[in-house]
Amino acid sequence: MWYLCVFYHRLLDYRRPEVESLAELFGAFGAAGEGEGGPPPRSLEWRLPENHHIDSPFHFVSLPSEEIARNIAKRSILVKGMYELWGQGSSYEELEKAIRDFPDERKLPYLTSESTFRIIVDSFGKGRVDLRNPDHKFYLMETDNYGSNNGLPPIVQRAVFFGREVGAADRKLLPTYQLKSRKYLGPTAMDAEVAFLMANQGLAQPGKLVYDPFVGTGSILVAAAHFGAMTMYNLPMPISLLRADNNLPPWHPGLREVFDAIICDPPYGVRAGGRKSGGRKLLKGIVGPYTVPEEKRTDHIPSTAPYSLVECMHDLLDLSAKMLVMGGRLVFFYPVVREDGFTNAEFPEHPCFTLVASSEQILSLRYSRNLLTMVKTGPYTEEIAEAARKKHLEFKENHLKWLEDGNLRSAVFSPAHPQISLSGNSKFDRDSKPKYRGKYV
Amino acid sequence: MRLLTHNMLSCNIKGVSNGFPLRLEAEKWVEKEVELNADFLRGIFPKIEWKALAGAARAIGYDALPDEADASMLDSDDFLSHFHHALLELHVEEGTLVCPETGRRFPINKGIPNMLLHEDEV
Repeated sequence: MWYLCVFYHRLLDYRRPEVESLAELFGAFGAAGEGEGGPPPRSLEWRLPENHHIDSPFHFVSLPSEEIARNIAKRSILVKGMYELWGQGSSYEELEKAIRDFPDERKLPYLTSESTFRIIVDSFGKGRVDLRNPDHKFYLMETDNYGSNNGLPPIVQRAVFFGREVGAADRKLLPTYQLKSRKYLGPTAMDAEVAFLMANQGLAQPGKLVYDPFVGTGSILVAAAHFGAMTMYNLPMPISLLRADNNLPPWHPGLREVFDAIICDPPYGVRAGGRKSGGRKLLKGIVGPYTVPEEKRTDHIPSTAPYSLVECMHDLLDLSAKMLVMGGRLVFFYPVVREDGFTNAEFPEHPCFTLVASSEQILSLRYSRNLLTMVKTGPYTEEIAEAARKKHLEFKENHLKWLEDGNLRSAVFSPAHPQISLSGNSKFDRDSKPKYRGKYV
Repeated sequence: MRLLTHNMLSCNIKGVSNGFPLRLEAEKWVEKEVELNADFLRGIFPKIEWKALAGAARAIGYDALPDEADASMLDSDDFLSHFHHALLELHVEEGTLVCPETGRRFPINKGIPNMLLHEDEV
């Protein structure tokens, strides 16, 4: 059955993936694909209203039942509403005709004299009206070209939609969890809206174990915990907190497939860089190996070395491949340098994982971050483990080389070089890059 | 630190091959009630090293866990509630995790074990 799915005009690239993930969570694809080596993740069927741009808030999505549509909408962050469409047209006359033509047996159950209703925007029909707590909500929505169109291309044709609300996002939870109402905050705490999106991508739910190897101030886990996951935060109490190095994780060697999701924002070195155990001078070979004196061992703070993004990604993928259950999800941000307003993104890959969604959010002219959602679809074999061990040593031996390659901070903050110069506004012409602009929202 | 965490940790000093289970020396521990989730317990059971869990529980004075356990015992409500209590409700606040091979001591402060290695251990 087709539903009209109206989005908030925010985080445009994140909207469909969120609905797809929640569809999986609420069983839109039949029994969850948790079986060993199950089929690759499935996706929903989408349509756009005629003449609408992909970044338009109006989308049609096919879902198996109203209950699933309602559950998706209620759990989501970016779905303004999910509607059973009663009619649409390019004028009110057309709309009225469409609504009259919509079969009575679909309309009448919601128009009985006992039930209350409310029409948002326009009044229509007859019956008892209760604006505060209506049994049914009807929406009349209109798009027209009033000049500004939130950065989207101009509207070709006016469109009017009328539908019955099936469900809508509960954005009230955002002010509850917003960063400014927290007692403790770090410089890179994840904003609540994005943290909830990440938790949805990770299918956080009661009884699932979620792990964040770069926990920081814990914002991502707070969101997962809100949805009931046994995060290493069982709101208010995490299952576990741990000080350890992702480069040398302390999990016991036989431990496999324990986490249902790994959700994180790795330190990619633009605002905060990662550090790993080992000592900068030690890895550079300036000083030889040394022994920490016995009397200083108790409160010794070990020195650390910079942790390059490539190595961090390698460790994250290897750890996730090993520690996630089959069908478990790895959700993380990956930075991409933009040149000349374009990205040529190459995302990390791993034989155990299938990429199911990537959502770009542009942070500056120089770089963007992409929320990647991967599903574990292949088992962690001995060969993969062996290759990972070799790679780990290779990172250790060529510490300096890896640090110089892909230094994101310098790419983001160094003075503009000729190719990235901003000369000529024509380069950033709206119409030529509508998609690009949309991702700023 | 819950005993679930203890069950997953090992000493990863370079060259150590028998870093599991870490011996638990607890100085201070507390009990915090959590709602029992039977599905979670059944799901996590196969991943648990039972001897390590029973040993760690005994180290903090909880000896209701049998020495051996198998999946058939998950049908018993009594067993589930003991398993739940040991795994999730006991928290070691202050103490030490000791590597069985090298004797290296990993401190637990304010409930958080510090597994970071020193320069000469990586």
